[in-house]
Amino acid sequence: MAELIAKAALDGQGPVTRAGLVLSVLPPAPVWSIAPFPGEDLTPALAALGLDFPAPGRSNRAGDLRLIWTGRDQAFLLGGRPPEGLAAAVTDQSGAWAGFSLSGIGGEAALARLVTPDLRLAAFPVGHVVRTGLNHIPAIILREGETEFHIRVFRSMARSAWAELVEVLEHLAARAAAVQGGASAPARTG
Amino acid sequence: MRLTCPLCGPRDRREFTYYGAEEYLHRPGPDAAPDLSQGGAWDNYLHLRDNPAGPTRDLWYHDQGCAAWLLVSRNTLTHDITGVELVAARKGARDEA
Amino acid sequence: MRLEGKGIIDRTREVSFRFDGRDYRGFRGDTLASALLANGVKLFGRSFKYHRPRGLLTAGPEEPNALVEVIGKTSRTPNTRATMQEIFDGLESRSQNRLGSLRHDLMAVNDLVSPFLSAGFYYKTFMWPRHFWEGLYEPIIRRAAGLGSLAKVHDEGVYEKAWAHCDLLVIGAGPAGLMAALTAARAGADVILAEEQPLTGGRLIADGGLIGGDPAAQWVHRVEAELRAMPNVRIMTRTTVTGAYDNGTYGALERVGLHRSPRPNLPRECFWRIVARRAVLTTGAQERHIAFPMNDRPGIMLASAVRTYLNRFGVAPGKRVTLFAANDQARQTARDLMAAGVQVAAIIDPREDVSVVEECPVHAGAVVIDTKGRHALQAITVRKGSETFRIETDCLAVSGGWNPGLHLTCHMNSRPRWSEEIAAFVPVEAAVPGLAAAGAANGSFSTHGALTAGRLAAERALAALDLRAPDLAVPAAEDTPYTHRAIWSVEGAKGRNGRAWLDFANDVTVKDVQLSAQENFASVEHMKRYTTQGMAPDQGKNSNVAALAVLADATGRGIPETGTTTFRPPYVPVSIAAMGAGGRAKGFAPERFLTSDQASRDRLAPMIEAGLWYRPSYFPKPGETTWREACDREVRMVRGAVGVCDVSTLGKIDIQGPDAGRFLDFVYTNTFSTLPVGRVRYGLMLREDGLVMDDGTSARLAETHYLMTTTTAAAGQVMRHLDFVQQAFCATWKLRLISVTEAFAQFAIAGPKARALIDTVLDQPLGDLPFMGVRPVSVGGVEARLFRISFSGEEGYELAVPVDYGEALFRDLVARAETMGGGPYGMEALNVLRIEKGFLTHAEIHGRVSADDVGLGAMVSPRKDCIGRAASQRPGLWGPEREQLVGLKAAGAISAGAHLFRPGFAVERENDQGYVTSVCWSPTLDSWLGLAFLTDGRARHGERIRLVDHLRGIDVECEVTHPVFFDADGGRMRG
Repeated sequence: MAELIAKAALDGQGPVTRAGLVLSVLPPAPVWSIAPFPGEDLTPALAALGLDFPAPGRSNRAGDLRLIWTGRDQAFLLGGRPPEGLAAAVTDQSGAWAGFSLSGIGGEAALARLVTPDLRLAAFPVGHVVRTGLNHIPAIILREGETEFHIRVFRSMARSAWAELVEVLEHLAARAAAVQGGASAPARTG
Repeated sequence: MRLTCPLCGPRDRREFTYYGAEEYLHRPGPDAAPDLSQGGAWDNYLHLRDNPAGPTRDLWYHDQGCAAWLLVSRNTLTHDITGVELVAARKGARDEA
Repeated sequence: MRLEGKGIIDRTREVSFRFDGRDYRGFRGDTLASALLANGVKLFGRSFKYHRPRGLLTAGPEEPNALVEVIGKTSRTPNTRATMQEIFDGLESRSQNRLGSLRHDLMAVNDLVSPFLSAGFYYKTFMWPRHFWEGLYEPIIRRAAGLGSLAKVHDEGVYEKAWAHCDLLVIGAGPAGLMAALTAARAGADVILAEEQPLTGGRLIADGGLIGGDPAAQWVHRVEAELRAMPNVRIMTRTTVTGAYDNGTYGALERVGLHRSPRPNLPRECFWRIVARRAVLTTGAQERHIAFPMNDRPGIMLASAVRTYLNRFGVAPGKRVTLFAANDQARQTARDLMAAGVQVAAIIDPREDVSVVEECPVHAGAVVIDTKGRHALQAITVRKGSETFRIETDCLAVSGGWNPGLHLTCHMNSRPRWSEEIAAFVPVEAAVPGLAAAGAANGSFSTHGALTAGRLAAERALAALDLRAPDLAVPAAEDTPYTHRAIWSVEGAKGRNGRAWLDFANDVTVKDVQLSAQENFASVEHMKRYTTQGMAPDQGKNSNVAALAVLADATGRGIPETGTTTFRPPYVPVSIAAMGAGGRAKGFAPERFLTSDQASRDRLAPMIEAGLWYRPSYFPKPGETTWREACDREVRMVRGAVGVCDVSTLGKIDIQGPDAGRFLDFVYTNTFSTLPVGRVRYGLMLREDGLVMDDGTSARLAETHYLMTTTTAAAGQVMRHLDFVQQAFCATWKLRLISVTEAFAQFAIAGPKARALIDTVLDQPLGDLPFMGVRPVSVGGVEARLFRISFSGEEGYELAVPVDYGEALFRDLVARAETMGGGPYGMEALNVLRIEKGFLTHAEIHGRVSADDVGLGAMVSPRKDCIGRAASQRPGLWGPEREQLVGLKAAGAISAGAHLFRPGFAVERENDQGYVTSVCWSPTLDSWLGLAFLTDGRARHGERIRLVDHLRGIDVECEVTHPVFFDADGGRMRG
């Protein structure tokens, strides 16, 4: 008999605070993929949970459960297990994705160093989600709040993604310090 | 270059992988003779391509996005992109391989 | 010389810096150019070809002469424009393109032999004797060629890249740009205002004037303050928009740390990709030089540059200045100088009928025909009618008119239009979709014209964005018409002393362009290449239009008929490091780590890259000195006891749905719909062109649930392929695909004692699990899957658990294996084990082999259609003419990549019989083994073949064998 201890990605990694932004690892939680078969409607089955299959780029929530769009005809259920018998392909993706939270004013500016889509609040309101690349790393980015993003990447790439994000924060912090350390523009008269 | 993915919205070119001409969608049916001689259905499908100066339609994969295959209408002279549709949802999509 | 009370530098902040080994002082707000000029420095560099002494021509990004090296602790940046480099404490810089000192450049001898160095000189001179080129001419020319030199050390600097999105991008923050930004911002549009200089204001900074009755600087200050306070506006100073690209994407280079003392993590530059729904080009205009004889001496500069040095930096570029200009606007230069107390010797105006009423002498109908002064201008010679006279002067301000800064409008293949009215090229409309030029960039040179055009351009953009333009009045401002006469070149003495320069950086003269036309390189594109006109770092910004005019004159055509070369991105030189920011070192590609990574490193396993993954190469034991010792031991361990290997890198694709089996039948050559639940089958996947794409096993977990395994290398390609087949050909079939590679940690347990190990790990007894079977199991209370498959040829299992348990399970399995005489094995042993069995990897299925080539032709089912089936039947993809997979056995070392020849035949391409894809030393068979592709190989088992690898110096004879070397009937793995 084996005794197995579960270990999440970036286990033990503490938060990093730079340039007014806090980067931290999200606690492990269940993640299940739900992909309705062509022509199938999951609305009644999901309505029982208080959820709706999200339109592209959207998410919805009910209590601790959250359903986020993650790709063509595919969504991830966060925080719980989907009901049996859905007319959908269902897989357990818990542990497969490492999650980070980036919070604070100016998270968009930090992500704009790594991510190409438009994440300005007007274009990417709270609850919206994009599937994109974080530099070269496949990522799912959810706007959790006006000043908080949740970023999910493949577990195997979690260290690279973390390092990329920290590097961006270091650059932003150095920029902020340089501007404070001395006026960047010459004084103007007149 | 930017493509407007019907699912994800406008995205930079680097999220997509180019595959080839629209012809790849018109696979000869199972009853087509496995004939690769010149001018045959398979020869056309696999090897014969136009190289248009002007409007063209080709296939792109949104691999850093939603994983949809896209049929893009664009103009090789002006770089205009006149349409992007989902391969899976296109009109007359053949669902019998 | 610095003037009291002039300029907008911060005189309370002194800055010390170095140039060519000397210490200098300037003020915050100075550029290297202005600070050196204030210190009396006139000589900034040497020209490219003739090594002529050169000084400042401009005060901006188009500077062709004052290109210097900026030296950091670990960096050296050549060709930095002194006119753009702001000074900071500790800045170290030096002149370039010289041999010896700047004042006594030994290469200046080129200037004396200049008659021999005219355009086309290289083409004509270095032709004969032919064999001298490589050995003699080229090395000498290469040594002398090029501007600046590379540091040849790794650039440790930090660079950044970033994306930005906006409704309106305003390129240039002069009067037109500020007005456009203000109009759009008040309408609520998201605006980015990019300005190349550290300050907004454009020419208003240097030229002043009144706007709405107030000094222009106050208006600029007010507008900027309003814009800065608005949340929908981002002002990006020190940011040059470098290119216009498809679909509203613009490149821009921000100088982040180049003007400061370096500090850790501070980027030197940031390369922006700005996506804008609309853009306005308000880059202003650039003044033109005039090609008069000896027009290149230090001290001769553009009139607008003189005003910039005077009014922005408070520096008088000379003590006794002369103005040579053919337009009214340039007269302001003389007036500003005199108002600041600088003596103006004369105004020379080529036009006859112009006002001569100024506070200084005005020579109407006169031209400059010669200049004197070796390292700095001392005097000029003026011709007026038949009379010539000399004027002592140390600075000559020149204006040959203005060229709109239209470069970006040409970045998408459009050519500008010639305007006779302003004797300059102007942008054509809609040259770049979504981009509109306005103000001086569009040929409208008055301040009021710029303000009006800026507002109009913004209003048009707002209409396209469905936003309502605000009610914004254009303030009153200078609105005098642009009065000028086009003057391109002036003739003077013949020969060396009559040379009139066009392209300063590349030393192209009027005579060179005329020679080009005379030798029939008369098209503008030919002239450019023949003379190198416009090919220096300034890309012809200062000279292309004048060169074109000279060419037009020489060929008897008009300028519009002569045409123009086009402008391509980038607008200014962009360092490769900035463009590639984020892609260096670990940013080049992500690293993928296994759950067993730390456990493997704990055992000192060297990690090797497998695609993006890091996998253990081998697990060294004390006393082992080479990787081979460890590898041989691990192979024997698996063949004799049990080994554990992390195989989680294999691609795993979950396929569910009623049509899943039907789908697999379509993408694999063989049949999966008939596979019983709980069984696994080896599958072969082809590309549509009939060649092998990948192989792997697929398991049927339930009636409508399969799990496909791909090779590590092809996981991404296979996923893309399956997505294509599904979406293109079976979009309505009831099935879905998703990668579960990251969801499971999977370990191979292989060897005669594998079963015994498995029995100790599972929560319940396994019972009978047949070869190629799969079953759900439980390990320590965790739901898991056990496959009975083998990539080693031994009785083998693969145990898959949810990925969170991977590390714990790996450590557990290894510890158990070690009590049984086994242990972990790495990639090297894995490779040996599979070669001994003739199993394929992407070394063999490398994209040019068919199913028949690898001996799997029979797997292509004739009873059903599948991707690649039709093409795989094509003649030429099978049969004896093909190179077929064989085994090789050799007594000595052999190598992958070696080629095969019949013994006794010459080692020549014509006799090539095939090549080797994989080799190993087999401790099991005590022999070197290889897998190879050999022409008609299957019919040649038992033959001898010669293996040659010139690179590694290997030339040995091998025996051709069946590719399965060990346990050919598979008895060991079937158990």
